[in-house]
Amino acid sequence: MKKLTYERPIINKINSGMPNKFGTRTEYQPITYIDEVSVKEIMKEHGSPVYVLSEKTIRDTYKDAKKAFTARYPKVQFAWSYKTNYLNAVCNIFHQEGSWAEVVSGFEYDKAIANGVSGNHIIFNGPDKSESDLETAIINNSLIHIDHYDELYMIISLAEKLEKKPKVAIRVNMDTGISPQWSRFGFNYESGEAWDALNRILINKNLELVGLHSHIGTYILTANAYNVAGTKLADLAVRVKEKYNHAIKYIDFGGGFASKNTLIGAYLPGTDTCPTFSEYAEAITTSIINSRIKLEDFPTIILETGRALIDDAGFILGTVLANKRLADGSKSMVINVGVNLLFTAFWYEHRITPAQNFSSHTEHTSVYGPLCMNIDVIRQTADLPVMRKGDDFVISRIGAYNMTQWMQFITLRPKIVIIDTGRQVHVIRKNEKNEDINSFEHVPDHLKKINV
Amino acid sequence: MNINKNIAISGNGFVFDPTTGESFSLNSIGTEILSYLKQDMSKEEIVLAILEKYEIDNITVEKNYVEFLAILREYKLIEND
Amino acid sequence: MTKKKITVAITGLNNTDNPGPGIPVIRGLLESTFFDVRIIGLAYENLEPGIYMEDHVDKVYSVPYPSIGTEALIKRIKYINSKEKIDLLIPNFDAELYSFMKSAKVLEEMGIKTFLPTIESFEERHKANLDKYGKQYGIKVPKSKSIFKESEIYSLSDDFDYPLLVKGKYYDAFVAYNKDQIKTHFNKISSKWGVPIIIQEFIKGTEVNVIALGDGKGNTVGAVPMRKQYITDKGKAWGGITIDDKKMISITNDLIAKTKWRGGMELEMIKTNNGDYYLIEINPRIPAWVYLAVGAGQNLPEALAKLALGIDFDYFTDYKLGKMFVRYSYDIIMDIDKFQKLSMTGEI
Repeated sequence: MKKLTYERPIINKINSGMPNKFGTRTEYQPITYIDEVSVKEIMKEHGSPVYVLSEKTIRDTYKDAKKAFTARYPKVQFAWSYKTNYLNAVCNIFHQEGSWAEVVSGFEYDKAIANGVSGNHIIFNGPDKSESDLETAIINNSLIHIDHYDELYMIISLAEKLEKKPKVAIRVNMDTGISPQWSRFGFNYESGEAWDALNRILINKNLELVGLHSHIGTYILTANAYNVAGTKLADLAVRVKEKYNHAIKYIDFGGGFASKNTLIGAYLPGTDTCPTFSEYAEAITTSIINSRIKLEDFPTIILETGRALIDDAGFILGTVLANKRLADGSKSMVINVGVNLLFTAFWYEHRITPAQNFSSHTEHTSVYGPLCMNIDVIRQTADLPVMRKGDDFVISRIGAYNMTQWMQFITLRPKIVIIDTGRQVHVIRKNEKNEDINSFEHVPDHLKKINV
Repeated sequence: MNINKNIAISGNGFVFDPTTGESFSLNSIGTEILSYLKQDMSKEEIVLAILEKYEIDNITVEKNYVEFLAILREYKLIEND
Repeated sequence: MTKKKITVAITGLNNTDNPGPGIPVIRGLLESTFFDVRIIGLAYENLEPGIYMEDHVDKVYSVPYPSIGTEALIKRIKYINSKEKIDLLIPNFDAELYSFMKSAKVLEEMGIKTFLPTIESFEERHKANLDKYGKQYGIKVPKSKSIFKESEIYSLSDDFDYPLLVKGKYYDAFVAYNKDQIKTHFNKISSKWGVPIIIQEFIKGTEVNVIALGDGKGNTVGAVPMRKQYITDKGKAWGGITIDDKKMISITNDLIAKTKWRGGMELEMIKTNNGDYYLIEINPRIPAWVYLAVGAGQNLPEALAKLALGIDFDYFTDYKLGKMFVRYSYDIIMDIDKFQKLSMTGEI
């Protein structure tokens, strides 16, 4: 007779009026397959932990987002936000779909060029552009989004030196009714600083003003804030047209669309509260369509959304290291995925789903990573099904930022694999080895000999 | 170790302790172990019974058994001699 | 005339000393002269008293908390609907309304009608937006500010005098006399209901409430004003009386006309000694004292059911003055079997 699947014995007190929050039946299913590829197989082949990306999800999400905008407005262009996930394989999926590149450093700029993006389809943002970065960008006809006056003056002098006419836009910050207001990037709208910067650009014959850019914040749950931003940018565009008879070619709305993750402190889950692409698209396109910009001058709408396009496509698979009871009697679980690999655990209540069958019983559990640090908390509290040492789990919606903001701390970073649309698994970043890390180091001769 | 013999165990994993008025829900293995305890089976016998029935190793069962009993003790369903 | 048979699913069976509106709504429906109602109770907790009130509920199912996610909740409703064929669903908790409003279409496809506010009108009346709301609709509101972080407490001093109120997005309100108390309440409330926490000016005066029902086209279907006569330590009315307050009715009519409010609502207002009315809160659902309105001649639950099911009727124009309600508590005696059955199977 085949033996039954074992599970740790569990007893829960039925609290009067406070039964477990899942009700009496468990409400979620184990994740055993991603895109029809077995989770256990991936782990057997590529180890634990391991990052998994779904090419199908990336492409589907992109198409959804694009459709939401093109259905409402004639000229739409996406630019992939490199900082969200700059694995070359990921960037190239977006480029294949038609995305330009949006970069915020020389490092990212070089990556985009190496990926084969033509210079005039690279948007160069951010406060840190070195003189040589700007020189390259000007020569390549890239779109330079100016962040501050010092940068503007540097571009003016480079334009003279190179005898080239740089294509520039300014980043504008403003009050869109949401808090916090990001005022540290770009030129302020309300104070008149943005208008002043535009005037300085437009009276200079060596610069070509091509666009206006704003990036109102991150994880924006109120789609209407984009409408406010668009209205203010359109106002600038109209004033530029009136005074200089110069039409702005594009308005770049930056990123900031929320993904479906649940923020820490939120009562309702993100899947319910986050605006859809259609809601964002409605707010953004309406602001331009209803503005005083003339039809023949309608600018291209550029979107640099990153998080909302990639978060759902990323997973991290891992394993339970230990179950512990804390001094106060509460339960905790240690897993082999820490904040070194899941930086976003600082903001999100990531969903942890067993990769094998489990019973309907859940326990109130704290989930800790393996790092020897008190801040290594993946979930402060979660109602989780029972998992044993050695059980595997899947953490979903982690595709944004984790593969760029990760840390090499006390351990090596694992492999990243992608499942293509034909269910083939490809390694797109090898796992790090000790010799990789050591290869950066140099020990001076007098420190080579030790005696312990 | 003494188990509180008054406790009522129902097949679906609901346990009522008439001494304290508390009720509990258990998964099937938990229910099974509690029933074995009520039949005065020893630790060794219980572990053996589980090993025979389920796909699992000795060490895990023993470890879980000890932890489970600690919780039963916490809930005053069993007492030390 | 034979009464029209309908099956109605209702949440909010927590008929405790901080009661949910479920049971009073059920009483209104059961007294309907138009409908013959089968009641399906939906319970989040296994000791909600309504579960065990057999004269009021025909069948009870446990449902998962909306905080688990709408998907799980709707899946459960789908299952229940497959057994019960629900005609109408009346949710009665603030915290679940969002999920049900979002799912109204999906429910409709299952053959389940609802009669809820639009997401837009639900969102704009949030406590956190009260300032803006007052300006937009021309109603006096107390000064209030939403804060997201504990540290923001320390930059409050210039805007507010003590005492002030510390409120949760969905529930809970405490009076604070200093920053330490704000901090305590902030942590307590945010751990339960998330952020923001609303800091609100404390207005002195008499609290008056209106229960109302809007038809979604700008018309008031019914409205009854009430003054609380006795308030429990949880701030809930234990006794109340219908009053003749034309100003409140006109404020209500005006608000419903401007917002095209759809569904039940409760306006909480403070009437100051100068005769000014301050809007404190809009509850986007039928309040627990709805049965007073029924007693005063306006069966608003029945009216809501008619609106949801598209049945024409004459709107209320009048109510009886000086009708009172006094709550009482009552012990139901039962065997543990029922408790066990609900705890383990989720149905009873």
